[in-house]
Amino acid sequence: MPRPGFVLDVDRSTPPILFHHGEGFRLEKLPAGRTRVIYPAEPLEPLKNPTGAIRDALDNPIGDSEPLRALLRPGMKLTIAFDDISLPLPPMKRPDIRQRVIEAVLEMAAAAGVDDVVLIAALALHRRMTEDELRHAVGDRVYDAFAPRGLLLNHDAEDPDNLLFIGETEKGEEVEINRRAAESDLIVYVNINLVSMDGGWKSTATGLASYRSLRHHHNPHTMRHSRSFMDQHRSELHSANWRMGKVLRDSGVKVFQIETTMNNNVFGTEGPMSVLQKREWEWTMKDRVSMMGMKAALDRMPQRTRRSIFNSWQAPHAMTSVQAGEVEAVHRLTTENVYAQHLVPVEGQTDILTMGLPYISPYNVNSILNPILVACLGLGYFFNLYRGIPPVREGGVVIMSHPTPWEFHPVHHPSYIDFFDQVLSVTHDPVRMEQEFEKSFAEDEWYRHLYRTSYAYHGVHPFYMWYWCAHALQHVGQVIIVGGDVRAVRRLGFKPASTLQDALEMASDVVGRDATITHLHNPPILMADVS
Amino acid sequence: MKALRFERDIPRFAAATIAGRLNAGGGAKVGPLRLRTIDDPSLPGTGWAEIRPRLAGICGSDLATIDGRSSRYFEPLVSFPFVPGHEVVADLDQSIGDVPAGRVVVEPVLGCVTRNIDPVCGPCAHGDLGNCERITFGAISPGLQSGFCCDTGGGWSTRMVAHVSQLHAVPSEWSDEAAVMVEPTACAVHGALAAGVAEGDVVVVLGSGALGLLTIAALRHFAPPCTIVAVARHPHQQDLARDLGADHVIGSEHIARPIRRLTGSLAIGDGDIVRLTGGADHVIDCVGSQESLTEALAVIRPKGRITMVGMPGHVHVDLTGLWHREIALVGAYAYGTETLPDGAVRRTFDLAFELVAAADLGRLVSATYPLDRYDEAITHAAAAGRRGAVRIAFDLRNEKERNRA
Repeated sequence: MPRPGFVLDVDRSTPPILFHHGEGFRLEKLPAGRTRVIYPAEPLEPLKNPTGAIRDALDNPIGDSEPLRALLRPGMKLTIAFDDISLPLPPMKRPDIRQRVIEAVLEMAAAAGVDDVVLIAALALHRRMTEDELRHAVGDRVYDAFAPRGLLLNHDAEDPDNLLFIGETEKGEEVEINRRAAESDLIVYVNINLVSMDGGWKSTATGLASYRSLRHHHNPHTMRHSRSFMDQHRSELHSANWRMGKVLRDSGVKVFQIETTMNNNVFGTEGPMSVLQKREWEWTMKDRVSMMGMKAALDRMPQRTRRSIFNSWQAPHAMTSVQAGEVEAVHRLTTENVYAQHLVPVEGQTDILTMGLPYISPYNVNSILNPILVACLGLGYFFNLYRGIPPVREGGVVIMSHPTPWEFHPVHHPSYIDFFDQVLSVTHDPVRMEQEFEKSFAEDEWYRHLYRTSYAYHGVHPFYMWYWCAHALQHVGQVIIVGGDVRAVRRLGFKPASTLQDALEMASDVVGRDATITHLHNPPILMADVS
Repeated sequence: MKALRFERDIPRFAAATIAGRLNAGGGAKVGPLRLRTIDDPSLPGTGWAEIRPRLAGICGSDLATIDGRSSRYFEPLVSFPFVPGHEVVADLDQSIGDVPAGRVVVEPVLGCVTRNIDPVCGPCAHGDLGNCERITFGAISPGLQSGFCCDTGGGWSTRMVAHVSQLHAVPSEWSDEAAVMVEPTACAVHGALAAGVAEGDVVVVLGSGALGLLTIAALRHFAPPCTIVAVARHPHQQDLARDLGADHVIGSEHIARPIRRLTGSLAIGDGDIVRLTGGADHVIDCVGSQESLTEALAVIRPKGRITMVGMPGHVHVDLTGLWHREIALVGAYAYGTETLPDGAVRRTFDLAFELVAAADLGRLVSATYPLDRYDEAITHAAAAGRRGAVRIAFDLRNEKERNRA
């Protein structure tokens, strides 16, 4: 029986606590008597028979939906859309959940005589997936059957011939999605719900949308009014996607939603990485030796080698649930299953929130976690992993640990390079950058060309990363990065510190001495349920 | 009199070349430039007057000469030994011609009139003194400007001589610092107008030392409305560039990226820029190095125009792009007569006087030194950008030899 997440009050006997630090780790002694550490739950038990569970879900849909078999008929146009490279994190060992689900759907489609089938990676404004990445996601059999015939596609949010304007929400938000999907008799959406923000109408209304559509909710106003964007009852991002979903549904776009959840088994229970998901006081001598050896070896390696090692890690996380049918009913159940793995009850707020940022975020799979993504991972994702109120008080301090190198992947993140150089050197205010800079980046022909033909994130994407931080930037009084490239940290508008002790000393200028501290022991993922 | 004199001395020239490579300005200590007590210059003829320098600037071409970086192209165009210093504000003790006694600025080009050549050459007849075809002929020794001619002396001394045609009276309310900026400003005005900027053009100014900053001011003041993009490495240069009229300031080392964004150009390269397909309409190179010319060629659009205002020397650049993209590469040296966008014809120095006053350019003089501390002055000037300075000058006002009867 896996143990739930819990909160540890740090005392003098508490051993040093693990902080992820990019492609490395730090062990930090946290102040006793005023620090708490939030630990994630242990991995939930996986489904014993995932293939059987998938078939069962397709045959027994939730909400107002017929079973998938009943929706399939000869001559129909079927589009299977699936989540892109940003999920799950890290990429999972084969077979990927998407492969299992897509194979099940295709078997049913074949049995029903459906022969007009197209698969689309629903990547919105993310970079296109490479052949290797697509093969990993859908499996070689599916890839070889569809890709050579042009039936396995990356969504192109800048292809005017392949977008269809559907309508507007009651708030004037334009809904425009992939034409092939919109004109299909049925969209089957294959989702992996890594965090509670994923899934639901966001799958289709965001994953298959254009910039014209996305800009209505990917903006500072929406993000500042999503508290947090992981909590769908208090998320304007969620509300906007649901309004768009209604427009899709009312216009006749039919979606059969298949959502899956996965457990927290990120680093495995065997091998050297398994120590990363154990609690420090339970480390055996072997674990300590393993950690020391791993840390020493990583510290001596060139950055490129370290990155290569971490990027090659495939997680053993496993499926814990699968539900299919009508979008909103499916998503309600999915969210409960996500919460079952992630939610940790926490009482009240502290003055300081600390976090050790790992090497990966949704936007740098097989890539580089550049400074903008460091900010987004910490202040966007980790900060927003709460329900209720943030675990740090308003005006408090966030301390993040990451090397924050001044380094960018030129193929994946070309507009990030220019955003970092030309926008963050002028302003850190999300509203001002939206007004003064966003349009020129979003409509830049070169970025558009690289997004469509190479493997670049869309020109506007770095703005979205900064907007993701908007709620945190408004809430906290100071952000400090420990162990980061000083110039890069300053360009982000944050304070650099060489050690955690220095950072706590600096934080005392804002929140006073003997400030209380919360440390998020993430990853594996946890979500603080703060009362 | 006391003077810094540049002598023909091959071993010291070699030493300056090595020292200058190791450390910018390093040639001052070991090279052919030496502080001497020498005879006062004699008047070469009628129409000449003795003047007593008050301030004399140290410009990029001076530094190149001191560090042995100047091209041998100049060898026949100068006469040794010479006293450098061509950015000069001085005292004229007795009126001459139409020039009253008082403070004067020297227009240093030694054209036909100063050489007593009659009739004057074609360029001089058109007022384009910088293009004079007789600078090694006539009544005085070779020398393209005062400060490079053994007969005239130069501003880095307590006395020199100048022809009446070279003298411009300084308004009484002006500071010496403002006056000493007139000559470099005239160079910048000529460069800015030689570029031939049209309304709406994007103009990149490479380098934001004194010449670059003055060029920005000249573009803003005299060129048609255009987008001025300054490339400035140091924070004080960036602030001044904005203040003098730059619309955009690029501080990064890789200028192709921001210029691509500003001009809406596409680029060849998968995220890294190999080459722009478009680019700026104009680049005005105020550095004059191999690197700056390479940068200029990298960011200019097809059929664009590169104007070299900074003094180049031997450079090694790939000109394939210049050929393929039909780029014009032109030089802009010194000054003479300008045709303004509205068709008006004015002398460059008159325009420079106007600009110095309008843009308060005297503030660009950051520090002054007495002649005795010339090596410090040269080192400071050579590292002006890094040290937060713009223009360094010699201050002769308190030199004993200057103020003797």
